[in-house]
Amino acid sequence: MISYAVEQVSTYAKDIDFLILLICGLVGFWFFVAEGVLFFLIFKYRAKEGGKAAYMDGTDPKHTRFISWPHRFILICDVVIVVFAVKVWMGVKQTMPAPDQTVRVVAQQWSWSFQHPGPDNKLDTADDIKTLDELHVVVGQTVQFELVSPDVIHSFSVPVFRLKQDVIPGRAIKGWFKTTQTGSYDIQCAEICGIGHGAMVARIVIEQPERYAEWVAANVATATVPPAPAAPAPAPAAPAPK
Amino acid sequence: MTTTTASHHADAHAAGHAHDDHEQSFFVKYLWSTDHKVIGFQYMITGLLMAMIGGYMAYGFRMQLAWPGEWIPGVGFLSSQQYNAYVTTHGTVMIFWFAMPVLIAAFGNWLIPLMIGCDDMAFPRINRLSYQVFLISAVVLIGSFFVDGGAFGGAWTAYPPLSAKATMNLSPLGSTMWVLAVALEFVAFLLGGINFITTAMNARAPGMKMMDIPIVVWMIVVASILFMVSVGPLVAGAAMLVLDQQLGTAFYDPSGGGDPILWQHLFWFFGHPEVYVVLLPAMGVCAEIITCNARKKFFGYKTLLYTVFATGIISFFVWAHHQFVAGIDPRMANVFTITTLIISIPIAEMIFLYIATLAGGQIRLNVPMLWALSFVAEFLLGGVTGIFLGASGSDIYFHDTYFVIAHFHYTFVPIAVIACFAGFTHWIPKMTGKMMNETLGKLHFWTTIVGFNLVFLPLFITGMWGDHRRIYNYDHFPDLSTQALQDLRIASTVGLLIMIAAQGFFVWNLIWTWKKGPAAGNNPWQGTTLEWSTTSPPGHGNFHPMPTVYRGPYEYSVPGAEADFLPQSQPPA
Ligand SMILES: [Cu+2]
Ligand SMILES: [Cu+2]
Repeated sequence: MISYAVEQVSTYAKDIDFLILLICGLVGFWFFVAEGVLFFLIFKYRAKEGGKAAYMDGTDPKHTRFISWPHRFILICDVVIVVFAVKVWMGVKQTMPAPDQTVRVVAQQWSWSFQHPGPDNKLDTADDIKTLDELHVVVGQTVQFELVSPDVIHSFSVPVFRLKQDVIPGRAIKGWFKTTQTGSYDIQCAEICGIGHGAMVARIVIEQPERYAEWVAANVATATVPPAPAAPAPAPAAPAPK
Repeated sequence: MTTTTASHHADAHAAGHAHDDHEQSFFVKYLWSTDHKVIGFQYMITGLLMAMIGGYMAYGFRMQLAWPGEWIPGVGFLSSQQYNAYVTTHGTVMIFWFAMPVLIAAFGNWLIPLMIGCDDMAFPRINRLSYQVFLISAVVLIGSFFVDGGAFGGAWTAYPPLSAKATMNLSPLGSTMWVLAVALEFVAFLLGGINFITTAMNARAPGMKMMDIPIVVWMIVVASILFMVSVGPLVAGAAMLVLDQQLGTAFYDPSGGGDPILWQHLFWFFGHPEVYVVLLPAMGVCAEIITCNARKKFFGYKTLLYTVFATGIISFFVWAHHQFVAGIDPRMANVFTITTLIISIPIAEMIFLYIATLAGGQIRLNVPMLWALSFVAEFLLGGVTGIFLGASGSDIYFHDTYFVIAHFHYTFVPIAVIACFAGFTHWIPKMTGKMMNETLGKLHFWTTIVGFNLVFLPLFITGMWGDHRRIYNYDHFPDLSTQALQDLRIASTVGLLIMIAAQGFFVWNLIWTWKKGPAAGNNPWQGTTLEWSTTSPPGHGNFHPMPTVYRGPYEYSVPGAEADFLPQSQPPA
């Protein structure tokens, strides 16, 4: 469903997609059963000349079993969904595999800046590479990220990873992903953050180790200059609303 | 408890209305009235007018999304700042100034005194004050569009620090006016809620026991209780937000020791029960219409009440499902996933009871019934898609996408639009004494339903394919600039245009009803509840003489009875 339009590029993307498919199957079944019964009853019991409606108050077990039995099955479906949802959640949000690389993501009105560890693969050292609106990672590596914001709430969303995490000013929120293929994809801000929110986009570039090493070598020299915050997104000149 | 107040109340009422004998001016009769029916009309009309404003906002931003950057007829060019303000105001207006006034205040005012058989609300002057405060709140909200910096654009959830700092939201006055307007609206509904609860509990007609109260009255009472219990923390939160905005305190500012997440907890502790505050009256309206037009007793009246109470209580323990990825301790997500899925149990039970009520009926598909049945059919989709968002694992992907938008519009449109029209078409013959046009009503129904589904079905897909919320132009996002997505966005906008145009039939029908609507008589739908036993429209004081209740509210098709309905007030043979 989702992978038809949005590729699966992280190790847990397929878990989340499976969970969504599972929920879709379970609730889809009950949805169509309920709609089917609803329309069937409307058709079957439409008013007829001289007809008389049944008189029941809904306490007779002969009648209520049509509700209580489906209800038990729904409870089972709920349990199944909870189990799978919690399992997926814990895998994505409550575990922290040993990282091959650590990056810092700074979300601010209205741009993304990224701090890469540089040749020594350690953050907060002199050889860190800082970029604007472009995050470089090595395919197949586990990346740990740290999200910070100097101003308002943003949200770090990478649809191809099925990953989303709000960025909260005053906190450094950690998370992880492990990529499965090369390519370059959108990083979106998914939490409204002001007038430039609609243009707050960055790209993640997932590369083979050799290409990544080349990129590091080419950028380590220039990386000492921190990036300036981006200008607000250009908005069309507009008259006041009437 | 049930018998004492009616007469005492009538005295007080007569004293307050000694001037009734002489001609009242238009102002006193319609604008300064303490009559619950007039106040119901005031709320209904104001709510519908506010819905037009909310709809205009939706028109503006959906046009922008379908044809980004183009000039929009009737709006002009929409900047990103205005886009955010439109989105914010649309959400705020539709929930606080359309759904609540129509479902709780208008129906509550119209129906509670008429259905429990008393002459007016327990506190008529508080009732008038409630509407006046509500009207002021609406003026403050609309006024925010005309101040320096324009209306607030930080979404209806108003998360700080964005909402707290003028340097970041760029609307120093608009953001404070937004908070002020919402706070005033809460005051109005607290005043209204006190009235609804007190009236329903204390002013019932002689003979009406608790289990004889019509479902819609129960629903409005429970909704009012939910509102009153949940709103306190948010009002405290709003006070802190205004202080942060105007005095530079740091309740939500981490650099001053505050915490932005605090607001989210306060907001959603109110925000989730708020869903049920509007859902329950809508379900109540539909219960009345479905029983009446299926000519059947409600299937499991008591069971329904228990599920309503259960839903109301559980709704206070699910709020953090809006915050799974907001930076709360991830272990909390597991707890809130469980509570959220638990709430699906009573809700499913409720829907099943509605469907079961149809079995064995004699279903008349008149206009109110079409609306009421479509409420059940459409709300089902809103209900089941909520599971994707309540389950933490899948919410990681769906959070803040158009899937969420599609989901909650499949709950809120049935609530605010469909149930509103259901109740309106069902009770307007009672409130005005005139029948509406059946053909125009059906045209209005079908075009609205087609438009509505065309708006929101495509949005499930765009959300699934990655469209995230509150984006004024997707051209900025390389992965979202595909033709397929754009086609779906256009389809959704076309749906909205159909839905808006469909309301022309409604306006036409109103004019037709006004000019040549046939007389309704006391009981056009052969209903059993008390409001159908008095004149249409009910005169001052509602009932002459005051009714006595002999049976439950839904005695339709009783075996052995002559007619297929036994009114609550008809003495036993
Ligand atoms: Cu943003
Ligand atoms: Cu909720």
